[in-house]
Amino acid sequence: MLPFDYAKAKNENDAIDRVRVPKAAFVAGGTTLIDLMKLNVMLPAMLVDINGLPLDKIETLPEGGLRIGAMVRNSDMAHHPEVIKRFPVLSQAVLAGASPQLRNMATTGGNLMQRTRCYYFRDTAYVCNKRQPGSGCAAMDGFNRIHAVLGGSDQCIATHPSDMAVALVALDAIVHIKGPSGGERKVPAADFHLLPGKTPHKETVVEPGELITYVTIPNTKFAAQSAYVKLRDRASYEFALASAGAALELQGNKIHAARLALGGVATKPWRSLEAERVLTGAAADEKTFHTAAEAAMKSAVAHKYNGFKIELAKRAIVRALASAAQSKADGRS
Amino acid sequence: MSIAVGSRVSRKDGHLKVTGQARYAADHPMKNVAHAVAVCSTVAKGRVASIDSADAEKAAGFLAIIHHGNAPKMFRPVNNFMTASKPGEIRVVFEDDKVHYAGQYVAVVVAETLQQAQHAAGLVKITYETMPPLVETEQAMSTVYDPSEFFGEKLKAQRGDPAGALQSAAVKHEAEYFTPNEHHNPMEPSASMAAWDGEDLTLWETTQWVVGARNTVAETLGISEERIHIISPFIGGGFGCKGFIWPHSVMSAIAAKKTGRPVKLNLTRKQMFSGAGHRSETRQKVLLGATKEGKLTAVQHDTLVQTSTVDEFVESCGNTSRFLYSSPNMSIAHHAVRVNIATPTPMRAPGENPGLFAMESAMDELAYKLNIDPVQLRIINHSDKNEHTNQPWSSKYLKECYQTAAEKFGWAKRNPKPGSMRDGKYLVGWGMATATYPGMRSPGAAKVRILQDGSAQVISATQDMGGGTYTTMTQVVADITGIPVDRIRPELGDSRMPPAPVSGGSMTTASVLPAVNRAATDALKKIVQAAIADEKSPFHGKKEDEVVAGGGRVYLKGSSPESGSTYAQVLASKNQAAVEGESTLQPGQEREKYAFQSWGAQFVEVNVDPEIAKVTVSRVVSAFDIGKVINRKTVESQAYSGIIMGIGMALMEHTVYDHRDGGIVNSNLTDYAVPVNADIHSIEVDFIDKPDPYIDPYIGARGAGEITVTGVAAAIANAIYHATGRRVRELPITPDKLL
Repeated sequence: MLPFDYAKAKNENDAIDRVRVPKAAFVAGGTTLIDLMKLNVMLPAMLVDINGLPLDKIETLPEGGLRIGAMVRNSDMAHHPEVIKRFPVLSQAVLAGASPQLRNMATTGGNLMQRTRCYYFRDTAYVCNKRQPGSGCAAMDGFNRIHAVLGGSDQCIATHPSDMAVALVALDAIVHIKGPSGGERKVPAADFHLLPGKTPHKETVVEPGELITYVTIPNTKFAAQSAYVKLRDRASYEFALASAGAALELQGNKIHAARLALGGVATKPWRSLEAERVLTGAAADEKTFHTAAEAAMKSAVAHKYNGFKIELAKRAIVRALASAAQSKADGRS
Repeated sequence: MSIAVGSRVSRKDGHLKVTGQARYAADHPMKNVAHAVAVCSTVAKGRVASIDSADAEKAAGFLAIIHHGNAPKMFRPVNNFMTASKPGEIRVVFEDDKVHYAGQYVAVVVAETLQQAQHAAGLVKITYETMPPLVETEQAMSTVYDPSEFFGEKLKAQRGDPAGALQSAAVKHEAEYFTPNEHHNPMEPSASMAAWDGEDLTLWETTQWVVGARNTVAETLGISEERIHIISPFIGGGFGCKGFIWPHSVMSAIAAKKTGRPVKLNLTRKQMFSGAGHRSETRQKVLLGATKEGKLTAVQHDTLVQTSTVDEFVESCGNTSRFLYSSPNMSIAHHAVRVNIATPTPMRAPGENPGLFAMESAMDELAYKLNIDPVQLRIINHSDKNEHTNQPWSSKYLKECYQTAAEKFGWAKRNPKPGSMRDGKYLVGWGMATATYPGMRSPGAAKVRILQDGSAQVISATQDMGGGTYTTMTQVVADITGIPVDRIRPELGDSRMPPAPVSGGSMTTASVLPAVNRAATDALKKIVQAAIADEKSPFHGKKEDEVVAGGGRVYLKGSSPESGSTYAQVLASKNQAAVEGESTLQPGQEREKYAFQSWGAQFVEVNVDPEIAKVTVSRVVSAFDIGKVINRKTVESQAYSGIIMGIGMALMEHTVYDHRDGGIVNSNLTDYAVPVNADIHSIEVDFIDKPDPYIDPYIGARGAGEITVTGVAAAIANAIYHATGRRVRELPITPDKLL
């Protein structure tokens, strides 16, 4: 760990002002940043502490959606009655992640910004294009059991580790970002994270000096009939080998609208438009779910140790869709 | 007459632990302490070409750096386990510029604060001349050799004509089984704090062996062992990785010497993956031959393991197969390759644990081939004596273990057909395996003091890793003296106390408690003598055999205890602070006459969700024959922990070394998965609780630390086969293996 400066932000604008120095970073729950600082993977010279900002509320919007502050702790989000009732995929996803202690610290904004668990990214003895652009990718020919089969490039196959973000993608959530000039922009959750391509070090659309302020979730007809399934090496406190967040709007047994997002298998929280196309208009049955799973994983690319994820993801997709279809939708949405 | 021994006495150290008052090695406050951080090699083979510490030396708080270029002269210890000199690795730290594995210590940096030491350590620039390392067994087959011994046990053995018997066997089974590299991962990482007072060194350690630490550090530093004092009152789990003496204990000492300050050195979790040993991967070929009725005619067990390029430790998988079941024909052999990975070390039931995964999986496979119930097959082949040594068992209640656990489990209702049992959408699998571990015993000494206030102390240089030694030694004293458990203070974990063996090999109970029993008896004798010698005492002038001590009092033989004096009254009358009893005991002729072995049966139920390849160990029922049970409460905890560790072994644990460069890929507790609470469901354990009549004359207990993990992985693999029809012979059984 390198020595660093520290300042506590007084308000949003103060936070944005203070972070506009070289090698500055916001610190919220610290569950990723502090960990990676100890490993010398992230080396900020300045930490701007945003824990005091009043972005810690969950509010119901007039149209029925939710506005979740960037500083809302994951635990509070997961246990919020409106989230449990009307956006179950989100509550389930957050509770599937990390441990109670970590969820008590981790925030909405921080969860979106969390970094990959790629072994080689986290070990400075190895080359990593994310850590040091152009240095190479040790995972490509290394032990890549936990790595991505979707969205990879020849530069990077690291997965995005978030469960929460997968649910947000499935819910058509919008990320609100405040910039230095006071302007705010809104980015769909599905577009918030970037594919690695030739620039794997650039993981999100957030530019230096920008602050995530809120996430809003629209009031959709599919949100309440949703489920999250996470498959992993142990029952809790473990990242996904494959996960799926599914949301369905059913008319009788017919799927009127569908969202399917994947975790653990892709370089970003992965919305599968291919699967959604299969689902939309089809009968909500096992056959459709299997066809959708095949479609979702059609473009998957296996590496030496992670080929099993393609099949495992299909299993997660079928189970998530079946769970969503069987879940009792709340009438309000 | 026995009251405390055998009952459910709560841990003497429990309150201290749950209130955070138990001080572990790294917790001890020390005035003026400096902090050391180890620098580890990032390459697995080669040599250190240069060390540039200029930036580190300029960093705030920097005090010193020690590496091969400036380390003091040190010596390779004698490396004799029997004389308590046993380094984890015979190569002395900073001995030369050679690098044998990734994570090897190449320097240690000392600074004023931990953060400053971490920062300075990160500024040390080291360049290496790198050579291609051998990491995987396949790469290293040119180095294969046959190691000869494992702690005095030959690693090759044969009885009869196994090859011939296999050829003519009516039913045969042959398969290869694999267990991966594993790490102990105790909650508490290793730590060492050193403080010199002139030529005298005190080390606050987390060690399973205070006497071994003292002797090994003394030999390494080339100073007399009397000058070294090891203090290790609490250990946050060890499982073997704190048994032998690893370099950090020497590094803190030389750093303290160099800086003239007390120095604290804590290993990081990552360093625990290279600086405290591991269990080698094993590749085991098992061949079984049997008659149609299920009687084994041949057992062959061939094991290939890894060891390091700087020392030898061999996972002795086959040794149990020499006598586990009755078979006229048997052979075992062990082979090792030398890889650029740190030296392996004992990990909870070294040899037995991976060995039983292979053998007990093989027995299950044979049972299916024979169409015989797996429990019945084991009973058919029960060994009535140790057929390898030709000794009778000192005591063996394995059949009772099978029966007890099978009844509680409901085994009789099992439909043996794979995939035949269901619970809704889940496939249900029932599997079982035998558990076993030797009943070892070593010399042990103890002192018992009865104090003037009527309380007592019991003292031995043993260790309590969480198994309950603090409590069990107290129970023994309570029963001998009649002093209640809560008025007896146990003291251990200090090399200046009466010597005791390593807390390894499940031998603490059998080695220490008999000496405690005798020391307490000796203390009673001393208090009788004190009473007789006291002119003011009513016992003055009596003969020793006319006066009895016990039940908290000294009294005349034939009279009621209440008519006598309390211990406190006896000592008060003489103005005497205490009486001290002592005892040193060692095993004797009985070791030649009998074979000592603990036994058990593990029954497992798994629920498998076949659509998502998810296995849940929904139920474990086990029974163990460990001789006399000293404390049912702490031994149940021991058993739960062994079974949980077995669940981890079966389903999760594997250390991954990068095949290209030998780096440890998953050296943290997220990427190296061990079970969490959500993985653990019903576990029920029972004990036969019949004293071993020969292991010692006073207690009759064999240890429980290691047997409880053995057989669990095989029972789970067998249950998964029963549930799914899929035989997985390669651990861990992760979801990808069940798709």
